[in-house]
Amino acid sequence: MYAALWRVLPGPWWVRLLIVLVLVAAVLYGLLFYVFPWVSQFVNPQEVTVTLPAAPTGAPGS
Amino acid sequence: MSVIGVIGEVLITAGVIVLLYVVWQLWVGDLIYGAERNAEGAELSQEWQQQWNDNPVVAPTPDPTETVAPDPVTAPAPVMAEPGDGEKFAVMHIPRFGPDYAVTMAGGVSRARTLDPIGIGHYPGTRMPGEAGNFALAAHRTTWGKPFNRIADLHVGGAIVVETEAGWYTYRFRTLEYVRPDEVEVLLPVPQAMDVPAGTAYITMTSCSPMYAMTERIVAYGVFESFTPRSAGEPASLQAVV
Repeated sequence: MYAALWRVLPGPWWVRLLIVLVLVAAVLYGLLFYVFPWVSQFVNPQEVTVTLPAAPTGAPGS
Repeated sequence: MSVIGVIGEVLITAGVIVLLYVVWQLWVGDLIYGAERNAEGAELSQEWQQQWNDNPVVAPTPDPTETVAPDPVTAPAPVMAEPGDGEKFAVMHIPRFGPDYAVTMAGGVSRARTLDPIGIGHYPGTRMPGEAGNFALAAHRTTWGKPFNRIADLHVGGAIVVETEAGWYTYRFRTLEYVRPDEVEVLLPVPQAMDVPAGTAYITMTSCSPMYAMTERIVAYGVFESFTPRSAGEPASLQAVV
C-alpha cells in the first residue's frame, strides 16, 4: 500500500518525501481537529453535572 | 504485492491512529483547547473593556465625598437575565489557576452545546452572579481544555471572579465536597439545605470525580464577596493568589 503510493508519486526522492510529509500533515490536521473531537463525544465518559436520573436538567448526554 | 501485506499495513495504520487518539484525548487536545479557551475568554473580556472605553457609562456615580475610594470599590451587584442555551454571558477568572486563566461561561450544561465547545456551563434555573441564592456551574475536569482541572487545588478564601459586561463579581472559595451524581441538592438556593431561604449569594462548581471517571462529582462552594463595576477598573481580587 505505502510502497505503491511511493511508486505513484512523481519526481526525485526528495520531492516525493516532501509530498508525503505534506500528506501526513494534512491527515494529522484532519484527525486532530475534526475526526477526534467528533469521535470523542461517543467514547469519552466525562460526566461533570449532577442530575436526577429521571429528570435531567440538561440535554441527554450532559 | 501480497494481500496479506496490504492488510498488515492497514492494521498498523489503524493501530497508530488509535494511539494518536489517546495522545490527543489525554494531552494534545487539552493543549489545543486550553489555549483556545483562554484566548476566547481574554478576547471577550477585552471586547467588553473596549466597549466600555468607547462609551463609558458611569452609571452608579460614586459619592463625591467618597473620592478616597475604598478598596475594593464596590457597588450593588446588578443581576443579569438568565442566558439562553449556549449563550455566552461571562468570563471566569481564578487567580489560583494562573494569571492567563480566562474561560468563557455560557448558559446550559449540555456537553454538545456548552461544555465541549465553550467551556463552563450555567445550570438553567439556578441564580445568576451576585444574586442571593446559588449560582451553579459545571465544566470538564479532564479533556476539552479541562477548565476545572485544578478545582481540588483551590485554597480557602481564594478568589473566584466572574466577569460580565457590567463588571466583576468576586466570590471567595469556601469548601469542597464529593457527592453522588444524582445529588442535585448541591444546586439548591442554599446548597444541601432544603427549604431554607437564601440570604447570601453562593457559587457552586461541579465537575467529575475521580478524574477520568464518572462515579462521583466534585463540588466546590464559594460565597459572594463584592461586585466591582467596570468604571472602577479591575478588582484587586484578580491579582492576589491565596
